[in-house]
Amino acid sequence: MTTFTTWDIVRNLLLATQWTILLSLVAFVGGGVAALLALLARTSQNRAARRLAVFYIELFQGTPLLMQLFLFFFGLSLVGVNVPPWLAAALALILWTGAFLAEIWRGCVEAIPRGQWEASSSLAMSYFEQMRHVVLPQALRIAVPPTVGFSVQVVKATALTSIIGFVELSKASTMITNATFQPFVVYGFAALIYFALCWPLSKSSQLLERKLNVAHRNH
Amino acid sequence: MSLIAITEVRKRFGTNEVLKGINLDVAAGEVIAIIGKSGSGKSTLLRCINGLETIDEGSIVVAGAQLAADEVHLRALRLKVGMIFQGFNLFPHLTAGRNVMLSPMVVKKVSAKEAEEEARVRLAQVGLDHKFDAYPDQLSGGQQQRVAIARALAMRPLALLCDEITSALDPELVNEVLQVVGKLAAEGMTLLMVTHEMRFAREVCDRVVFMHQGRVHEIGPPGDVFESPKTLELRQFFGMA
Amino acid sequence: MAVGLDFGALADYVPVFVKGVGVTVELTVVGGTLGISLGVTCAWVKTQGPKLLRPVVSLYVELIRNTPFLIQLFFIFFGLPSIGVSMGEMEAAILAMVINLGAYACEIIRAGIEATPRGQFEAGASLAMSRFQTFRHVVLRPALQRIWPALTSQLVIVMFGSAVCSQIAVEDITFAANFIQSRNFRAFEAYIVATLLYLALAILLRQGMRLLGTALFPRRRAAR
Repeated sequence: MTTFTTWDIVRNLLLATQWTILLSLVAFVGGGVAALLALLARTSQNRAARRLAVFYIELFQGTPLLMQLFLFFFGLSLVGVNVPPWLAAALALILWTGAFLAEIWRGCVEAIPRGQWEASSSLAMSYFEQMRHVVLPQALRIAVPPTVGFSVQVVKATALTSIIGFVELSKASTMITNATFQPFVVYGFAALIYFALCWPLSKSSQLLERKLNVAHRNH
Repeated sequence: MSLIAITEVRKRFGTNEVLKGINLDVAAGEVIAIIGKSGSGKSTLLRCINGLETIDEGSIVVAGAQLAADEVHLRALRLKVGMIFQGFNLFPHLTAGRNVMLSPMVVKKVSAKEAEEEARVRLAQVGLDHKFDAYPDQLSGGQQQRVAIARALAMRPLALLCDEITSALDPELVNEVLQVVGKLAAEGMTLLMVTHEMRFAREVCDRVVFMHQGRVHEIGPPGDVFESPKTLELRQFFGMA
Repeated sequence: MAVGLDFGALADYVPVFVKGVGVTVELTVVGGTLGISLGVTCAWVKTQGPKLLRPVVSLYVELIRNTPFLIQLFFIFFGLPSIGVSMGEMEAAILAMVINLGAYACEIIRAGIEATPRGQFEAGASLAMSRFQTFRHVVLRPALQRIWPALTSQLVIVMFGSAVCSQIAVEDITFAANFIQSRNFRAFEAYIVATLLYLALAILLRQGMRLLGTALFPRRRAAR
C-alpha cells in the first residue's frame, strides 16, 4: 500500500497541468483561426456566408459546451471513426472558442467608425484590402483586452473535457482523489493551480483595458 | 436670531482653497441671491450648507443643526434644508408623484396614503398635479425642475438652496421655474440661490452676495449692489468697468 | 457505412427527460435568484459597504472567476465533507451555482452602480436619505436596468454550466441523457435531444428575463 505525501499530490497535479495548458493553447490558437474565418464570413457581402457564420456562432454559443463535447465524442464514433477523447476535446473546444472570439472581434470591427470604411472604399480598396490595411489594424488594438480576457474562459473550459475522459488537471484530480481519499486537499490544490494559470491572464486583460481607455481619453 | 449661520468657513480641494473664510447669516424668510464668476466658490458654498461637501474650518449651523461629517448630523441638517440642482436629478425609475413621495416615506416613515396626499398638494403648488403619474423622461426640463422643487418641499424644509436651477433649461422654460420660486419667496420661504438671472435677483431678493475668489466680496440690498457697486471686481462682473 | 439516427428509441425515456428539465429549471431558478441576490450584496459592499469587507469580497470574486465551475462543485461536494460539512447533491449543486453566479453578478452589477450619475446620490442625500436608503431606493433599480442584458447572458451561461452537476448525480437534463445512452446505446440521439432542450430553455430563460425586466423597470430609459 503506497501512501501519498502532499508533494506527491502536487507533483502529479502539475504533471497533468501540462495537458491543461497544451489543450488551452490548441483551443485558443485553433479557435482564433476559426474565429477569423467566421468573422470574415460574418462581415462579408455574401448573404449565404453571413447566414452560415451566424448559424455557427449561435449554435456554439447557444448550447452547453458539455453537450458539444459529448456530441463530438459520440457523434464521430457514429460515423465509424473511433475518436480518442483528446481529439473530440480539441475539436469541440476549437469550435466553441471560435464562436465566442468571432463575436468579440465582430464587436471590435464594428467599433471602427463607418467613416473609415467609406474613406477606404473611396480610395478604391477592395473589401479584403480595407480589412487588411484599415479596419483590422485598428480593431486589433481594442480587441486585445477582451481576447486575453476570454483566454481565461478557455482555460477553465478545458476542465469539462475530463468528463469525456481526457486526462488533464481535473481528471487527474479525480483520479488522485480516488487513490488518496483526500478530496479537500486535492481539489483545493487543483483550484489553486487553475487560479495560478487564470489570474495573471485576468489581471493583464484588466490592465490592458485600462491602458487602452486612458489612451483613448487622451485622443 | 439667524436661521442659517455660516462662520469663518474654509474649504480646500487639495491645495486649492476655494472658500477663504466665509461669514454669512441668513434670517428666516430672507431671500438671498449669490452671484459671481464661475470658480468664485458660490456653488461650493451652497453644497457645503447641505453637507454635500465637507468643510475644513469654521462652522455651518442651520436652526440648531450643525454640519458634521457623520450621518446622524447630516440627516438632521438635511431635514432642515432642501436643495434643488442644476441638473434636476429626478429619479428616472419613479413617476413624478413617486419622486415626491419617496423621501417622506423612507426617511420620515410617513404612510403611503399620507405621502401621496402631500405629494399631490406639492405638485399642485408647482402647477403639476396633472403630471402625478408621468415619468421624468416624459416631462420637459422646466416641468422636471418644478417636480424637483415639489420633491424638496415635501420634506417641509426651513430653507431651500437653489444651485443654478435655470442654467440647464432652454430659455423659454426659464420663466415657469422662476415663477414658482418667486411664489415661494412671496410665501415667506427662506431661499439661498446661486443664479445668473440678474433681473430676477433684483426683483425678488432681499440681499445679494457677490462672491469673488472664495470670499464674500460685496453684500447688500439689490438696490445698492446693482445700482452702485462699490468694488472694481463687481463693476467688471456687471460689465460696467 | 449507413448512419442511422433513431429518435424512436428515445420514446420510452420521455419521463426521464421531463424530470431532467424540471431539475435543470429548479437549479437555474433557485441558483439564479440566490446568486443574483448575493451579487447585489457583494456589489453593494464593493461600492458602498464597509471598507474592511471590500478585500474579502474581492478575494472571493477573483477566486471564483479564475477557477472552473467543475472544480468548485467537486470541492464543495467531495472536499467539504472531509472537514465535516456534508450536504446532498442538490444542495451542493445549488450552493456551487450561487457562489459561482454571485461572483460574476457582483462585477456586472458593480459596473451598473458605478455608471450612476453623481447627481442621483446627491439628490438622495439632499432629501436626508442615508447612504443605504439612497442605494436601496434610488440607485439600485436603474443600475440593474443598465446591466439587465449582461445579467441575462450570465444567467444563461450559468444554466449551461449546470450541466456539470450531472457529475455529482444531480438528475438534470445531462444526467438524463447519460442515463439513457447507457441503457439503449443511442448516445448521439440522446445528446442531440438534451442539447435541443438546453437551447429551448435558454430561449425561455431570455424571454422570462425580458418579461421580468419590463415588470421591474417600467421606463425603458435609465438615467445617464
